[in-house]
Amino acid sequence: MANEERFQQIVDAEEKIEPTDWMPEGYRKTLIRQIAQHAHSEVIGMQPEGNWITRAPSLHRKAILIAKVQDEAGHGLYLYSAAETLGVNRDELQELLHQGKHKYSSIFNYPTLNWADIGAIGWLVDGAAITNQVMLTRCSYGPYSRAMVRICKEESFHQRQGYELLIRLCQGTPEQKAMAQDALNRWWWPSLMMFGPHDSDSTHTEQSMAWKIKRVSNDDLRQQFVDMTVPQANYLGISIPDPDLRWNADRGHYDFGDIDWDEFWRVVKGNGPMNRERVAHKVKAWEDGAWVREAATAYASKKRARTAA
Amino acid sequence: MTYEVPVAPGESADIEETIQLDGEVWPMWEVFVRARRGISHVHIGSLHAPDAETALENARDVYTRRGEGVSVWVVPSDQVHAFEPDAAEEYVEANEKVYRLATAYDIPEEVGQM
Repeated sequence: MANEERFQQIVDAEEKIEPTDWMPEGYRKTLIRQIAQHAHSEVIGMQPEGNWITRAPSLHRKAILIAKVQDEAGHGLYLYSAAETLGVNRDELQELLHQGKHKYSSIFNYPTLNWADIGAIGWLVDGAAITNQVMLTRCSYGPYSRAMVRICKEESFHQRQGYELLIRLCQGTPEQKAMAQDALNRWWWPSLMMFGPHDSDSTHTEQSMAWKIKRVSNDDLRQQFVDMTVPQANYLGISIPDPDLRWNADRGHYDFGDIDWDEFWRVVKGNGPMNRERVAHKVKAWEDGAWVREAATAYASKKRARTAA
Repeated sequence: MTYEVPVAPGESADIEETIQLDGEVWPMWEVFVRARRGISHVHIGSLHAPDAETALENARDVYTRRGEGVSVWVVPSDQVHAFEPDAAEEYVEANEKVYRLATAYDIPEEVGQM
């Protein structure tokens, strides 16, 4: 049987493709692109939240935030590990990120201006991520799918701690509730943008669906997210900044306003509020850590020499 | 978080996969975790580290942050040997020998559980 036919048969049968299997070059390239961007997103995603570790309002919240940021680093590593099964090297992927040749999710190019942003990120950004990642657990590539299963378990903690943080603020003083509203105002639209362009403008969707790398379209995932999130905002007693948002009984879904696509493309192209800072900070962290890596390498070779002697 | 970042109008969909590195790349290790007593170690992923000691410490931090394991193994990735994928298929064909399976034999019901 021809390779390509056998490959598609495995995919259609809902079985997983494993690293040593034959795969179309386009499939491999699409996965490398997607997994690398996903990994970079996790790693860059540490920055907006890391910004608040030293200013968390209590030791309890600080411990939670450190654990969450550590998880994001872990998620980045699971994903680089999955990408490496496709014949690329983690350090190379990272270098491409540093040189601006690889991208990461635009959501991390927005700043975290007040403490409620930490809640909003958990609730909305991780909520949107879960919607996407639950789909990806069913992705046809084994190592990616397995990484997603582990990540989804941990994301649930991320989302719940964020929402609970907002419940506390919304039950607090009027000033605290206003902080929560302010965070929702700023994070709502960027969160909807996380699902990508409309299906009609999405270039790779059809092929990715046939390969079962992607299982649900951008617009369907976005709708799923809106339907899930509106009642949660209502419970908090804060309002979603969209005058067109209303329940549509005929569709059985919420209708919502259109995304500012000019802003979307501006941030994708590198001109969001924080694009330059995020990459510069990442490069600096890598360079500042050089002495640690050098010391570890030197220690390892010294130990090997001693054992050999 | 996730996502493929969409290709902006006017940009190329092809992204670079490789690049020349100046520094040394640490070797890769495969990580196996025993989730609890009574079951085997299971492969869970990989990582890079300069030596086994550091690989173990990193594996603990990366793969067992929530008590996922009571024991961790790390093995240099280049020490894992496997059949070529094509050769592996010949072994799968052993499945055709149904007489190796317990279900291939009819035992009368009155004999009871066997």
